[in-house]
Amino acid sequence: MSPDNVVWLGSPGFPEAARTALADPQLRRNLRKATTTIRDKRLAATAELDDWEQLREAGAALKRRTLRHLDTHLLRLEDSVTRAGGVVHWAADAAEANRIVTELVRATGESEVVKVKSMATQEIGLNEALAEAGIRAYETDLAELIVQLGADRPSHILVPAIHRNRAEIREIFVRRMAEWGRPAPEGLTDEPRALAEAARLHLREKFLRARVAVSGANFAIAETGTVGVVESEGNGRMCLTLPETLITVMGIEKVLPQWQDLEVFLQLLPRSSTGERMNPYTSTWRGVTPGDGPQAFHLVLLDNGRTATLADTVGRQALGCIRCSACLNVCPVYERTGGHAYGYVYPGPIGAILTPQLVGVEHADTLPFASTLCGACYDACPVKINIPEVLTHLRAKAVEAKRAGRRTPTAEALAMKAATSVLTSPRRFAAAQKAAALGGHLIARRGVIGPLPGPLHGWTDARDTPAPPRESFRGWWQRTHPQPPQGDQ
Amino acid sequence: MRIALFITCFNDTMYPDTGKAVVTVLERLGHTVEFPLAQTCCGQMHFNTGYRPEAMPLVKGFAEAFANYDAIVTPSASCAGMVRESHPLLAEQLGDTGLRRQVAEVAPRVHEFTEFLVDVLGVTDVGAYFPHRVTYHPTCHSLRGLRLGDKPQRLLREVHGIDLVELPAADSCCGFGGTFALKNAETSTAMLGDKMRNVVATGADVLCAADNSCLMHIGGGLSRLRTGVGTLHLAEILARTEGADQ
Repeated sequence: MSPDNVVWLGSPGFPEAARTALADPQLRRNLRKATTTIRDKRLAATAELDDWEQLREAGAALKRRTLRHLDTHLLRLEDSVTRAGGVVHWAADAAEANRIVTELVRATGESEVVKVKSMATQEIGLNEALAEAGIRAYETDLAELIVQLGADRPSHILVPAIHRNRAEIREIFVRRMAEWGRPAPEGLTDEPRALAEAARLHLREKFLRARVAVSGANFAIAETGTVGVVESEGNGRMCLTLPETLITVMGIEKVLPQWQDLEVFLQLLPRSSTGERMNPYTSTWRGVTPGDGPQAFHLVLLDNGRTATLADTVGRQALGCIRCSACLNVCPVYERTGGHAYGYVYPGPIGAILTPQLVGVEHADTLPFASTLCGACYDACPVKINIPEVLTHLRAKAVEAKRAGRRTPTAEALAMKAATSVLTSPRRFAAAQKAAALGGHLIARRGVIGPLPGPLHGWTDARDTPAPPRESFRGWWQRTHPQPPQGDQ
Repeated sequence: MRIALFITCFNDTMYPDTGKAVVTVLERLGHTVEFPLAQTCCGQMHFNTGYRPEAMPLVKGFAEAFANYDAIVTPSASCAGMVRESHPLLAEQLGDTGLRRQVAEVAPRVHEFTEFLVDVLGVTDVGAYFPHRVTYHPTCHSLRGLRLGDKPQRLLREVHGIDLVELPAADSCCGFGGTFALKNAETSTAMLGDKMRNVVATGADVLCAADNSCLMHIGGGLSRLRTGVGTLHLAEILARTEGADQ
């Protein structure tokens, strides 16, 4: 797990990457405890509202409508932001966005920036790009700080250090804080209060010193040019108000048409993500105000695969995501594997559908299969993204991509083709059943098939399989319900 | 009402007793069941693994085999979901006008077994007797796919002699997921482990569900660990009567 390049994809694929977490009982306990707690909190918080389902529908409809006319809303946003004294930059991909931000920081003459927790900047690998340019980026969100100090990767959208318990966090603080600024206090314990105080002291120095801040955005209002960030700690607000220059990197799908739309999302987001009725800090800003807050504001509008995603009428649902992570917290696969197995900044079910679309399904072709299609994510999603539907849609695309990229079919493709051939003929199917019954009985001991070598070992390693019965249902039916013979179909 | 049994390729081959049980229960309730021999498979494995063109002949075969029935009953929530939700989608995406029409006519007539008993026939007491401690696992497709709600439990509660006990964390996935169990074998096994712990904690003799595929997975694990807990499809419990073979 090296942090030198945040954008890491392709190799190893999900099944292999998942092994690390699966083999680590402590990690699995941490994950289970955290996801269970937050899952129960969310259920309680959403159950309080009689109109929760209507709110979800409203959120889904707003996102659908906005995405259909995204170009119009973005041009309007650019206009509003510019009129309010901000500068809008358009970035087609990660490299362009990083170049823009790096140049903006350089122009201030500063060599360090404080950061508000942001998925978009992680997506483009901004911290690493800034580091290459000699600029140090300090994460100020507590969990992001833990991840940064631990030279680790975030494992969760909302709780990036979900995979760490407090003993591990203490260890990271004691060992690494000094390298990044104020060292951990002497005799630091793993009491949550002591850990929070250590982070507070460490971060306060940075807030007071920094002259440039970088943030993401939870939303931006086209009508007014207002940009907003919601958070729990208030550290984001320190970054948004104290420095002289504020640079916001925002995925283009975050735009909302009007101020009033916030009513829906400011209810959906906190209840779905932290299980709170309202998030503790909601910061909104609009351009610049002379003498108050940052005096220069830049908004970088990031595409990075989003326009391509928008072109897919099934897959575009993923762009409705408000990054609440409710789908992660209910996902039984995420609960066992954690976020690192998903190989990119967006973990869990949303990652499994967003990542392949942003980077191209051929570069993330194991992700659409990293799900049992159990549907818990769809039920939990506050904007009703039909994640199982998009997963099967992307599975078809992954198979097509593999088909197009190879001269000879995969073993799986051959097996599927053979299955179709057998299953399109009741006669061939009946013959195959007889063969299976015979073969099953040859390898079975006392009617049970035990561990097997070869491609089925993943199944047979942990499970006994009953030998197929000698008589299939159709065999029994034909024997007990004689009727005129039917022709092969 | 002409009722056809859609046994599913998996039940047909591996669990014929489940199909027999469906026939037994429906006949006990005074209905005649037909079994169209032209049926084979709904194509769920192909669809869920990303092989849509390969699923198409099966979609077509299904629509033809079941064209002439008022109700098509199947003891599999996941296959019922496949036919009702994904056949129309596939026909729309890859089929011709004729197939789209055929699928549109057949798909809504497919009922999962417990749904058929409760919603269509309006019964919850089917005269079953099963004097054992049973716990019920709502499979993901019955819970969140078909939204069966408590229909299976309502049927089970009416079974005479049954000691029905609640399964902890019942609604969490068992980790089967079709080819998921092969493609992500370690993750699947980890999920299976948690499910088994919960099953064993109930002290039940029998784990029951409305889908044999999930039961084969959980039951296979329970058997490997020699827990002594057996598995039975819900239809097989409903088919048992006093004095019948256990």
